[in-house]
Amino acid sequence: MSNIVSKVKKNPFAGFTFSKLLTEGRAFIALAVIIVVFAYLSPNYLNLSNVIVMTRHVGLNALLAIGMLLVILTAGIDLSVGSTVGLSGVLAGFMLMQGIQVPGTHTVLYPSVWVIVVLCLFAGALVGLLNGILITRFKVAPFITTLGTLYVVRGTALLIAKGETFNDMTGKPELGNTGFNVLGLGKFLGLPTGVWVMIGVALLTAVLLTKTVFGRWLYALGGNERAAELSGVPIKRVKIWVYTLSGVCAAATGLIIASELTAGAPQTGQSYELNAIAAVVIGGAALSGGRGHIRGTLLGAFVIGFLGDGLVIVGVSSFWQMVIQGAVIILAVALDEAQQSSKKKQKLAKAASDK
Amino acid sequence: MSQPDVVLRAKKVRKEYGLTVALNDVDFDLVRGKVTTLFGENGAGKSTLMKILAGIERPTSGSLELDGQDISFSNSTHAKSHGISIIHQELSLAPNLTVRDNMFLGSEIRSMGGRVNYTAENDKVREIMKRLQHNIRPDELVGDLRLGQQQIVEIARALASDARILIMDEPTSALSNVEIEILFTVIEDLKSHGVSIIYISHHLEEALHVADYIYVLRDSNMIATDEAKNVDLPGIVRMMIGREGVGATALDQKTDQIVLEIRNLTIADPSNPARLAIDNFSLKVHAGEVVCLYGQMGAGRTELLETIAGRLHQISGEILLNGVDISGLTIGNRIKTGVALVPEDRQRDGLVQLLTVGHNISLSSVSDFVKKFIMRTNPEIVSIEKKIQDVRVKTSSHKSLITSLSGGNQQKVVIGKVLLTGPKAIILDEPTRGIDVGAKAEIFQLLTEQAKHGLAVLFATSEISEAMTAANRIVVLSKGHISAEMDPKKVSQPDVMAAADDKTSKRRIGAGA
Repeated sequence: MSNIVSKVKKNPFAGFTFSKLLTEGRAFIALAVIIVVFAYLSPNYLNLSNVIVMTRHVGLNALLAIGMLLVILTAGIDLSVGSTVGLSGVLAGFMLMQGIQVPGTHTVLYPSVWVIVVLCLFAGALVGLLNGILITRFKVAPFITTLGTLYVVRGTALLIAKGETFNDMTGKPELGNTGFNVLGLGKFLGLPTGVWVMIGVALLTAVLLTKTVFGRWLYALGGNERAAELSGVPIKRVKIWVYTLSGVCAAATGLIIASELTAGAPQTGQSYELNAIAAVVIGGAALSGGRGHIRGTLLGAFVIGFLGDGLVIVGVSSFWQMVIQGAVIILAVALDEAQQSSKKKQKLAKAASDK
Repeated sequence: MSQPDVVLRAKKVRKEYGLTVALNDVDFDLVRGKVTTLFGENGAGKSTLMKILAGIERPTSGSLELDGQDISFSNSTHAKSHGISIIHQELSLAPNLTVRDNMFLGSEIRSMGGRVNYTAENDKVREIMKRLQHNIRPDELVGDLRLGQQQIVEIARALASDARILIMDEPTSALSNVEIEILFTVIEDLKSHGVSIIYISHHLEEALHVADYIYVLRDSNMIATDEAKNVDLPGIVRMMIGREGVGATALDQKTDQIVLEIRNLTIADPSNPARLAIDNFSLKVHAGEVVCLYGQMGAGRTELLETIAGRLHQISGEILLNGVDISGLTIGNRIKTGVALVPEDRQRDGLVQLLTVGHNISLSSVSDFVKKFIMRTNPEIVSIEKKIQDVRVKTSSHKSLITSLSGGNQQKVVIGKVLLTGPKAIILDEPTRGIDVGAKAEIFQLLTEQAKHGLAVLFATSEISEAMTAANRIVVLSKGHISAEMDPKKVSQPDVMAAADDKTSKRRIGAGA
């Protein structure tokens, strides 16, 4: 390869510096610190059953965060996911408890659980599709669009439930719609179903991001939308898909929560979007788009979840919990900025040497 | 010869970034009231030296001397307080602010009580704009101005700070020929007021024309300095690149097969829909032919090329590729059909800065490497590395970040990306903007080679030397119309330029060079 000339002298120890470890793996380090501190403060913290409980909590946020990551990679934001969580639970409750009345008749259909799951996911997809269309076709900024749908979807959930909660969503054997609680309370190999869903979705999304054309398009679009467009990337289609997937992730989260509680409350999921954004950001993604990965986002979700539950176990007041969680988010992003500027310096040096 | 009056002197200035030497013990003298031009290819160290002189960077070793006194700038504001001002290559204006606010940003004229004295500022803007022979109003938003006008504002800002040393890094890259003439008058005027100017430009003829003294940097070393009257252009090019020759020569390899045909195309001006950017334009480009679209800024070149690529849409007319109308297709499908654009603004439209060199090259053709939904990386890397060789990108690896490459190599990556899609016609908008002489020649050689393999090439330029040497045919565009079609072998440079000039026969600097 005679034309590919390396003019950069490489320091053999570059890449193993402490500062790099600190910044590159900051979510990992934060998680390690959290685990050590809380294990020291509370002997029950690292108890297997507690770890599983905490992981279940993490799974819910992680699922939202994975969808949010896709959106943030395109330099967008999805504020409507918390509301979609509520809508999905309420829809499941409605279909399970009251059934679907066939128009013009007195017949009421009670769909089986898997149909309910599919329909709820579909509803989440529709919310995402609406976001995507508003953003790409009507050119409403993602923040505004999803802020609007945040209210619309929450209101819809309240309307469907008439402000009430659907309780005791176990289904009736004579209607053939039992088993809804498996999603939240079922276990496989000792892990709750929700955790398995998180693992599955994370793996699928990791493949999507790293091994498919869609993933490449996503990073290109987030890095430079104009250049991606001129290179033939169908940016509108990609964006619509991203919001749709985020909606599906949110609906899935709503189903799992409703199943865990065997109740669908229209208020469920309020401010969940913020936790999801925090996980993505702690995980190293840039809100300006084009940078971020699943690994980081999962770690970010674990940081938030293990920190929050740890504070509860240790008995820190909920007011202090909020202060501490906020501080952790800021610290993570501040570290990110430090990392970016040190990278820029390296780049400058490289540019000067590359000629 | 009497000793010249040196206002700013750099002595054995050295700059290292890590292990890399960007400037190797460089000496530089700036004479009062004169223009000193700094020549050098991209990456030779010009920008680094300018940043040190303007206080933006600090030298690793060596010293600066201002009016015979040793001085060390702590930052650019400090340098500015000593009357050193820099006009950056990349515009650094706030588009959401007015011309006035941009010009006085950080050095507002205050009246009693600390309020900004807008009246005084407005007067000053008008006075400077009058000097620059432009009627840009103080309260116009910078974002509403054309790129060329923005550059004028950038220059005006430096004038507003009463600089006595002015560093101009590519001040003319977005100016029309008329505007360049005006700038040169202003430079003469500044010189007579004792202002010393350091001038950097890729337009070598222009840079030599304006210079009193010249310096040449090559590979971080200052290799020559002289009075401008003692040197000529070929000599400078030799010193810059260490070899002879500029540009590539177009070969006569045109065939009869029409690849790209444009019929009666009319396009609205995207920034002003009431105006037509292109009016009833028709053109045929044959396989193996290199056609140059020559015209000044605002002639409609970019609008025409972006419409062919699919970013803009025409009001009427047809775009045919091998006889099939592609007007209704998306950008992606046009690329698949075989026509792709190398855009004018590499940073904004050409590259994804967060991706690697390799992923930038394969961006337009990623779908070709998919099997059962999954991308196959091995064939992708093989194709990428082949392209890196084909277009001669200098990079340590396809995994390097695109931002680590020089401008010329970045441009080769964009061209490589387009070529990897297997195009039948390739269109390029100012393909050599902001890249050095050596890379320019390489890029045109590349296009000639591709044409030999049957590609139809259409490129737009405002540099007459490129039009004269690299094309088989020159189509001159003026205000959205074709004002002439010429064979570069049969016409002279002034003829072509006259055809492009809507006011006809404006003298351009260095026309004979």
